[in-house]
Amino acid sequence: MEFFLISLLNGVSYGLLLFMLSSGLTLIFSMMGVLNFAHASFYMIGAYLAYTLGLKLGFFPALFLAPILTGLFGALIERFGLRKVHRYGHVAELLFTFGLAYLIEESVKVIWGLASMPYRIPAVLDGPLFTLYTTSFPKFRGFMMLVALAMLFSVYLLLMRTRIGLVIQAALTHPQTVEALGHNVPRVFMLVFGGGTALAGLAGVIGGAAFITEPSMAASVGPIVFVVAVVGGMGSLAGAFLASLLIGIVQTFAIALDWSLAGMLAAVGIGVTESTPLYSLWKLQLSQVAPVLPYLLLVLMLIFRPKGLLGTRAD
Amino acid sequence: MAAGVLRYQPLNLARWIIWGGTAVLMAALPLVFTQGFAITVISQMGVAIIFTLSYNMLLGQSGMLSFGHAVYSGLGAYIAVHTLNLAAKGQFWMPVSLLPLVGGLAGAFFGVLFGYVTTKRAGTTFAMITLGIGELVGSCSLMFPDFFGGEGGITTNRVFGQPFLGITFGPAIQVYYLIALWCIASMALMYAWSHTPLGRMANAVRDNPERAEFVGYDTQKVRWLTLIISAFFAGIAGALTAINFEIVTAENVSAVRSGGVLLAAFIGGVGFFFGPIIGACVFVYFVVALSVHTKAWLLYLGLFFMLMVMFAPGGIASLIMMQVQLIARKRFGRIARHYLAAGASGLMVLAALILTVEMTYKISVDSATGTLMKLFGMEFDAAAGTAWAVAIGLWIVGGWLFNLACLRVARVWGEIQTEFVEGRA
Amino acid sequence: MRTILRATAAGAVLAFAAFGANAQTVKLAFIDPLSGLMAPVGQNQLNSWRYIADLANQKNWAGGPKFEIVPFDNKLSPQESLNALKQVIDQGIRYVLQGNGSSVALALADAIAKHNERNPGKEILYLNYAAVDPDLTNSKCDYWHFRLDANSDMKMEALTTFLAKDKNVKNVYLFNQNYSFGQAVAKAAKEYLARKRPDIKIVGEDLHPLAQVKDFAPYVSKIKAAGTDTVITGNWGSDLALLIKAAKDAGLTANFYTYYGATTGVPTAMGAAGEERVKYVGYWNVNNEKFVGADVAMGFNKKYKDDYYTMATYTGIAMLAKAFKETKSTDPVKVAAALEGMKVQSLNGEVEMRKSDHQAQQPLYIAKWVKLNGKDVKYDQENTGYGWKTEVVLDTYVAAQPTSCQMKRPK
Repeated sequence: MEFFLISLLNGVSYGLLLFMLSSGLTLIFSMMGVLNFAHASFYMIGAYLAYTLGLKLGFFPALFLAPILTGLFGALIERFGLRKVHRYGHVAELLFTFGLAYLIEESVKVIWGLASMPYRIPAVLDGPLFTLYTTSFPKFRGFMMLVALAMLFSVYLLLMRTRIGLVIQAALTHPQTVEALGHNVPRVFMLVFGGGTALAGLAGVIGGAAFITEPSMAASVGPIVFVVAVVGGMGSLAGAFLASLLIGIVQTFAIALDWSLAGMLAAVGIGVTESTPLYSLWKLQLSQVAPVLPYLLLVLMLIFRPKGLLGTRAD
Repeated sequence: MAAGVLRYQPLNLARWIIWGGTAVLMAALPLVFTQGFAITVISQMGVAIIFTLSYNMLLGQSGMLSFGHAVYSGLGAYIAVHTLNLAAKGQFWMPVSLLPLVGGLAGAFFGVLFGYVTTKRAGTTFAMITLGIGELVGSCSLMFPDFFGGEGGITTNRVFGQPFLGITFGPAIQVYYLIALWCIASMALMYAWSHTPLGRMANAVRDNPERAEFVGYDTQKVRWLTLIISAFFAGIAGALTAINFEIVTAENVSAVRSGGVLLAAFIGGVGFFFGPIIGACVFVYFVVALSVHTKAWLLYLGLFFMLMVMFAPGGIASLIMMQVQLIARKRFGRIARHYLAAGASGLMVLAALILTVEMTYKISVDSATGTLMKLFGMEFDAAAGTAWAVAIGLWIVGGWLFNLACLRVARVWGEIQTEFVEGRA
Repeated sequence: MRTILRATAAGAVLAFAAFGANAQTVKLAFIDPLSGLMAPVGQNQLNSWRYIADLANQKNWAGGPKFEIVPFDNKLSPQESLNALKQVIDQGIRYVLQGNGSSVALALADAIAKHNERNPGKEILYLNYAAVDPDLTNSKCDYWHFRLDANSDMKMEALTTFLAKDKNVKNVYLFNQNYSFGQAVAKAAKEYLARKRPDIKIVGEDLHPLAQVKDFAPYVSKIKAAGTDTVITGNWGSDLALLIKAAKDAGLTANFYTYYGATTGVPTAMGAAGEERVKYVGYWNVNNEKFVGADVAMGFNKKYKDDYYTMATYTGIAMLAKAFKETKSTDPVKVAAALEGMKVQSLNGEVEMRKSDHQAQQPLYIAKWVKLNGKDVKYDQENTGYGWKTEVVLDTYVAAQPTSCQMKRPK
């Protein structure tokens, strides 16, 4: 029971972090049709900025400032880079962000060096929040969940209850009409890109402190962010939320289970030994493949339901 | 882009000259570059050409953006290396020179397998599925050490059996000529493919899938067949890598490889058959040769790629073809001096960039041994104000001049284009 | 006539070589990652080699020849390493230093063996200072390969010997990365523990994909649920740091026995999370009983603002220098012969390059991550305020392993 509850909590909190990471990607994709390959790089920028700002100002001011700066940077990238490429089509945009990911990683190395940064959780948030039976649940994970939920709530409010949100939603389905109504669609694009990257920056402030702030941190979360956005359904925020939780929980519980095909075969009376052909496949445990399950999920999802869990379009 | 105008249609005679010239060039290269390292580099360029061309069958000719092409070359390389090891043990007869065929068939086999899944969709969805499959295969490579050899990979020895006509494939130069032969053959075959009905249909499916379907073609089947053939050539490249390095490791199927071939193809230019050939050479140069000179080579590569995406989405090939058009109509002389000006000021910007990057790198990463550094044959202190002043000055002056020169080039270019149109009308 | 001419020419070359040997500079090619994920570690080790080379040059260890380290970036890729090797050969460098990644080591050892066989007179000698795959000095051993580090089986032998004496250890969990090295660690741990303390229960074993896991909390709760008191892990880099962070967060009180707790980046990332519970097994620790080598470590720190922990660099240069001196030559063929069975005094005591398999035999240290106390823990790592406290120094014989190597020596 203790194990189940803690695993569930771990799964949910990890899922929420994934959501923070992928919500910006989903937002940008739904609005602009751009699959931002460099999204995880903005996550990294957020972490590095938060560390640097935090040295001078402390963690909490950095928590606000770093995402804003990341967003500004994103908006600039959109204005002076992505917009130029826009006319060549989506593939060119994808390639642009693909190159951007390389460039940001290398620039981070040039500016901050190759080693990991001693970016740590602030003392206030360090320590256990509560203890469940014998396992403690850290405060920072609680804080992470709180920020993610607050973010979900405010993005939802922004999209549903404000004028700009309505424009964004309208532009999602009818960009020409929105432009015809006199809205500056390129500027909306810039805002959305800036906003989306700011969300990634926020995730970076949290994720960088919880995990490790180093130049390879973008590459290590990059693919998984895509998986969430695609599985959830391109352009669906609710879908991304659902997919994040699903992947978080599935992955957490898969780790806990030492099932293998060999074990299952043994259960039905077929003995598998080292001399059986393909033994290395049979003996592979579910816990061993847990981290690659999301990719399997991605491939299956794209084959059987290409629009994702809650997506609206298939291409 | 004026791709229609720039369609590359040389006379058949010209075609023979170009192919013959390429063959002679490849045969002559090792006579010029005799050092061991240079041979390695040109060998890798040969392999990269096959690999990048096979990738461009997907991206350029069929409009399929793949993020997992290394899967086919990598698995082809693994099958080839296992075959080579079995052959070396005398289990069956298999000369090293025919090994690429084994790799190719293996690549095609996995093309049939994975292609069935991936080619069901086109566009972004295709890209995402290939990404997923690439990650899956990449992860598997460390999970199944029996086949993939784990971290150490599978090593082999290409020298076995009796030498045939004195060829043992021990010396790197013999391997180079093997690669060159396969490279020429693959290039010719892939070029021929682009003129087959299937190649033409692939173009149609790329440009207008609905219409292709209306005409009665199964777009999925066209994509699938194209992918299988592309995977075949990728497999050949993989097997040649295995022979060249005598080792195959997990990096051969990794996402890094897949991303690399995408960069190479795009830099070269996906719109022209010969684009990826240039791209492959430039890319190998960046990875193998430039990394000797600077640790920031990936930064330059990324920047180069971005600039290409932004300002020359047709790649180097399109830039060349634009000049060919001018030369053919005898207008090149008029724009050449503006090019010269742009080139000279561009060099200043490049110098400014290199100076900035290298000095920052020195200070942030490598400052432990002091900030003295050497660049362009000069020794100076990266932390000194003067060096930075020079860099900033270069940025400002070079940037201004470059901007000016580019505007000029654009203006003259526009004038010439107008003349063409008017001349035609 | 012709033979005489040839003999004179050869004599002249020899004389020239002998003459040159006095003020000669011997280039050592350093082939390791200097860009990418592992670059910080590679850079640290490059600096370590350079520092020791400078030291040797100043004190004239080799009696004439000077050392110069020439770096080559292999991007942690076996194939790129082979490219680098081609350059090394082109530049006429005859010594190769490499350490990161057994994949690279296996590729290099293999390529160098082939090169030496195909190009007599241009032999290259390979000093492996950190790649620990036991195969390199067993089934895949080669005459031109010399390993300065203790291999993973030796470290496990030392670790389990120490662990077996601790009666509090009852439930051990094996947590490793799913690739050859991680699997080797898990296998050796099971084997040696069963031999030394059959009463210890292996309560769980996990192999996770290399450098892909971001959140270790689920693993930690699994470890905890198994009632673990000791974790043995071969993890390195972020896979180790994140594991220890997650363990602290979840209140897991088990001890961690690691191989790579002291490599660049891990101390910074784990910080206080590892206090009193992370241990590593290695061939040296600066906080040893008499602080042998502390002057080297301090000098290094002053020069490079980094920590010196790759002590194999000291052993390596000391051995080469001694071989140069003994043979009065820098020819790898002679040096290789001299290195076989050579004994030198290094910072951790006497190190012997065993003749049968070219595996260095040396004392091994086990140390614990604790706060600085100024007494037995004077030096911290990465300015964290924490350092490694030496728990035990195991004599050379404890960790010595038999070898299956059948060395083929050139005639």
